[in-house]
Amino acid sequence: MNNSLTLLGLLSLEPSYGYDLKHSYDRYFGSRKPLAFGQVYATLARMIRDGFILAAGDEAGGGPDRKKYEILPEGRAHLEKWMFTPDVPSESLQSNLFAKTVVALLLDDDANRLLDIQRSEHMARMRELTKLKQNAALLEVLMYDHALFHIEADLRWIDLTSARLGELKASL
Amino acid sequence: MSNMNGVSTLSEASTTTDVLISARGVRKSFGQTEALRGIDLDIRRGEVLAVMGPSGSGKSTLLHCLAGVIVPDAGTVTIGDTVVSGLDEPGRARLRLTELGFVFQFGQLLPDLTALDNVSIPLLLAGMKRRDALGIARDWLGRLGLTGLGRKLPGELSGGEAQRVAIARALAPAPKVLFADEPTGSLDSLASENVMSMLLGLVRESGTTVVIITHDPRTAAYADREIIVRDGTLSGVAGVQ
Repeated sequence: MNNSLTLLGLLSLEPSYGYDLKHSYDRYFGSRKPLAFGQVYATLARMIRDGFILAAGDEAGGGPDRKKYEILPEGRAHLEKWMFTPDVPSESLQSNLFAKTVVALLLDDDANRLLDIQRSEHMARMRELTKLKQNAALLEVLMYDHALFHIEADLRWIDLTSARLGELKASL
Repeated sequence: MSNMNGVSTLSEASTTTDVLISARGVRKSFGQTEALRGIDLDIRRGEVLAVMGPSGSGKSTLLHCLAGVIVPDAGTVTIGDTVVSGLDEPGRARLRLTELGFVFQFGQLLPDLTALDNVSIPLLLAGMKRRDALGIARDWLGRLGLTGLGRKLPGELSGGEAQRVAIARALAPAPKVLFADEPTGSLDSLASENVMSMLLGLVRESGTTVVIITHDPRTAAYADREIIVRDGTLSGVAGVQ
């Protein structure tokens, strides 16, 4: 999962302090692996450098922070590009796709569209693998089958998630 | 032009556009339920198209409208130069018999007839002499790896074999379009793969256009393209390219 882009997604919801951002991140994405404060501030500093966010204000928030971070139009464009660019289908469930879906739901953006784009990418890869299988030796067929079944598992997750979007939206 | 038994067939005039099947604004309701809500779809000649989507999304209704099994409430379906949605029931029945092939999830073979007789039925119905029909049916059973099983009844065949008989029956009259509704839905992974490889090998050879409804991504991966039907509309990749 791309921490920088998920944090950018959370900042796109509303301007936030680093302390609050860390807790939002842990709630949605870090239940098994919370983000360290040092990692949050290092990421925020990089995003300021890249022109995606700015640090403003000096009022204290929920924690010891005095800086509130806001997303800039360049950051929003960067986020949109990430959300609607399909990932390369891999053989394991993609936490990046999970993050995109949650960010799209939080932003009230079109989560179905990004799932459709990803489904199309997965199907294209499955077509390639199916073609490769046609004249392959049996050992190679087994290898392609392994890849196909893993991509299929992702697709099943995409289909189920697509069917649950309304429910998911309500629960966030 | 005419086919083997003199019944007029679909015009080849649309080869210039390369689109064989075209649906525009197709709508269909059953009571208060809108099964299709304005479908636009082009399918190219020789294309293998997978139709995917959740249960109850309208996939089968779409296939039935494209194949002239039912008539849309609004919109048009054309295959070649034939406006399918404008034909009366006898016209659609003739079209289905002479131009279209069908494969269903459970094969739907006639249980009291042998595999060979099952395959020869559409040829006989189209007016072919029995001897010729049996010759063609035997040839198709061979192409699907079923040589020697012609005398078996459907109940004596495995699921995969029965489905291959159903494919032989659908392809024997050389249809322009093959419609398959969950053709691998009742088969295990290996039997599905065998059925799909054989089916695809044969339709690629003959240039038959194929529309396959499937829940199974591995079956859909044999197609050139997939469309997703959701709530009676197309989502994902557009139907008209």
